[in-house]
Amino acid sequence: MKLYEYKAKELFKKHGIPVPEGFVVSSPGEIRKLPGPVMVKAQVLIGGRGKAGGIKPADTVEEAKKAASAILGLNIRGYVTKLVLLEQRLEVAKELYLGVTIDRSKRGLLLMASASGGMDIESVPEDRILMLPVDPLIGYQDFVGRKVAGFLKLGKEQGAQVADIVKRLCELMTSEDAELAEINPLVVTKDGRVVAGDGKVTIDSDALFRHKEYEGLEEDLTPLEAKAKDLDIAFVQLDGNIGVIANGAGLTMATLDSLNMFGGKAGVFLDLGGTDDPEKVKSAMLLMEEADPKVILLNIFGGITKCDTVAKGVLEAIEARPTKAPIVARIKGVNEELGRDMLKEAGMIPASGLSEAAEKASKESLR
Amino acid sequence: MTVIIDRDTKLVVQGITGYQGTYHSKAMRDFGTNVVAGVTPGKAGGKVNDIPVFDTVAEAVARTGANASCVFVPAAGTKDAVMEALDAGLGTIVVVTEHVPVHDAIHFVAVARSRSVTLVGPNCPGLAAPGVGKIGILPSKIFAKGTVGVVSRSGTLTYEIVNAMTEHGIGQSTCVGIGGDRVPGTNFVDVLARFQKDPDTKRIVLVGEIGGTAEEEAAEFIKANVTKPVVAYIAGRTAPPGKRMGHAGAIIARGRGTAESKIKALEAAGVKVAKIPTDVPALLK
Repeated sequence: MKLYEYKAKELFKKHGIPVPEGFVVSSPGEIRKLPGPVMVKAQVLIGGRGKAGGIKPADTVEEAKKAASAILGLNIRGYVTKLVLLEQRLEVAKELYLGVTIDRSKRGLLLMASASGGMDIESVPEDRILMLPVDPLIGYQDFVGRKVAGFLKLGKEQGAQVADIVKRLCELMTSEDAELAEINPLVVTKDGRVVAGDGKVTIDSDALFRHKEYEGLEEDLTPLEAKAKDLDIAFVQLDGNIGVIANGAGLTMATLDSLNMFGGKAGVFLDLGGTDDPEKVKSAMLLMEEADPKVILLNIFGGITKCDTVAKGVLEAIEARPTKAPIVARIKGVNEELGRDMLKEAGMIPASGLSEAAEKASKESLR
Repeated sequence: MTVIIDRDTKLVVQGITGYQGTYHSKAMRDFGTNVVAGVTPGKAGGKVNDIPVFDTVAEAVARTGANASCVFVPAAGTKDAVMEALDAGLGTIVVVTEHVPVHDAIHFVAVARSRSVTLVGPNCPGLAAPGVGKIGILPSKIFAKGTVGVVSRSGTLTYEIVNAMTEHGIGQSTCVGIGGDRVPGTNFVDVLARFQKDPDTKRIVLVGEIGGTAEEEAAEFIKANVTKPVVAYIAGRTAPPGKRMGHAGAIIARGRGTAESKIKALEAAGVKVAKIPTDVPALLK
């Protein structure tokens, strides 16, 4: 779960990482007093807002109101701005980059630091980024902070401030269950302070059960995405015309690959996760109806659930809302033949193997 | 011989009184596994499928000599369950539970590795050695005894490929589903090393996905250490970059983790790579 900049900065503040003084508003009328010259910043969950006109300076309340009304409602790469953050403008001497993420190969935290802050870290050459794995059984120790400060070639005073921020960022990662915590830029001000200029934090959605503070927090989702999320179904919009329902990320991707072999292209895919729960299959079918694809391809590899039970769920979904789109269905598992017959009887196109299903769905989509 | 599981494996099922634990403890036993105990705090003295239930793992070990565990405990309690198994001295732990908080996984994986305990998962289907037994939730009917070792990052896709192999008369020595989570207790390299050493494994199938660099690391390892023939399939070669593909979060970022990069690395290591999963059996022949 991605947090807005102002939420990320609230966490920074809670963990003792210096941030500029500021506040957030949803309408220009709420701006009454400024903490000095400010930047007015669109709160959207996507990068590139500066170029899109989502960040403006303001020196007076009047200017700030004008900037806020220009930014609020602004569509930034598909995200409509509903909130702006007004915060003290920093006198920048230097911009650094600092981030912590999860390292899959080292199976622990990975610290990243660069003296080339303020730009997209993806575009910074790798030899200018320090990648430092943190051994989970050793954890953060002061030598880690010294390594980071040393790499950034900072003087004694700023080096100590940065090391302290690294320490607090690592603490934040574990205690807040974050999977990413990033400060870009980490600003060294002209008067020698080190302050978080921006903040990006992603909370591990698997840990939300122990973070009630995020309950009901609004996310930028389309209505279909929101529905899918409530049902714990992964929903991905692509640019083809076949609606794919499968169980498991690997199998879903393999289904797309197989469609591609036969000239078909997926438009929407729903991944039910590793489950073949008939209720979930049914919900996915109903959801797919709303996405309105030209063909629906259902590919379920069952573990313990009976195919006829899954087929029954599919039939109920279709009964509830009859579809015009042809449905190619392949359900593998216990009582396979029974399930296949049920689907055939209801006018669906049954398939027994993955390739066969992909071929049939592609053919229908190219009709 | 097989890997991770063998005839001496004595399994305790943690969370045996839940729906999954109850169903799969029987399915594992029917497949040949010696399931000796179950653990659910507060349910000691009871039985599930005639398997005695204990309050603690330590007690199960003391009374039955259990040396391996399969964990079905819900995500909020998974870390506690795994740490309990580690504390009781078990040598093999398979964590089926999905949605385990990543920081919990980091912690228990680190402890397991520091003690040389084989931990598979979390969020994995487990492993199966036809003719010997299985630990986890892989569907029994897709397997046939044979000499191909299968290692996979995926769940249902593994079933798809194993099923296709069996239908073509190609059996398996051991099939290990390492799971798709970001911090796996056992990775491709760990299993490849075991397959290379296992005399009953003659050929290897590796099933990967886009995202991360595990397949590239596997390719490097194969090039340097594996002499047995390897066939691979990488899911997601037609997936668009920058999209999160499903729960496992397979995502292509910074030009890394693409299907192209993985396929190229594997082919450079002498691995035959299938274009679609159903091509795997033909490449094994």
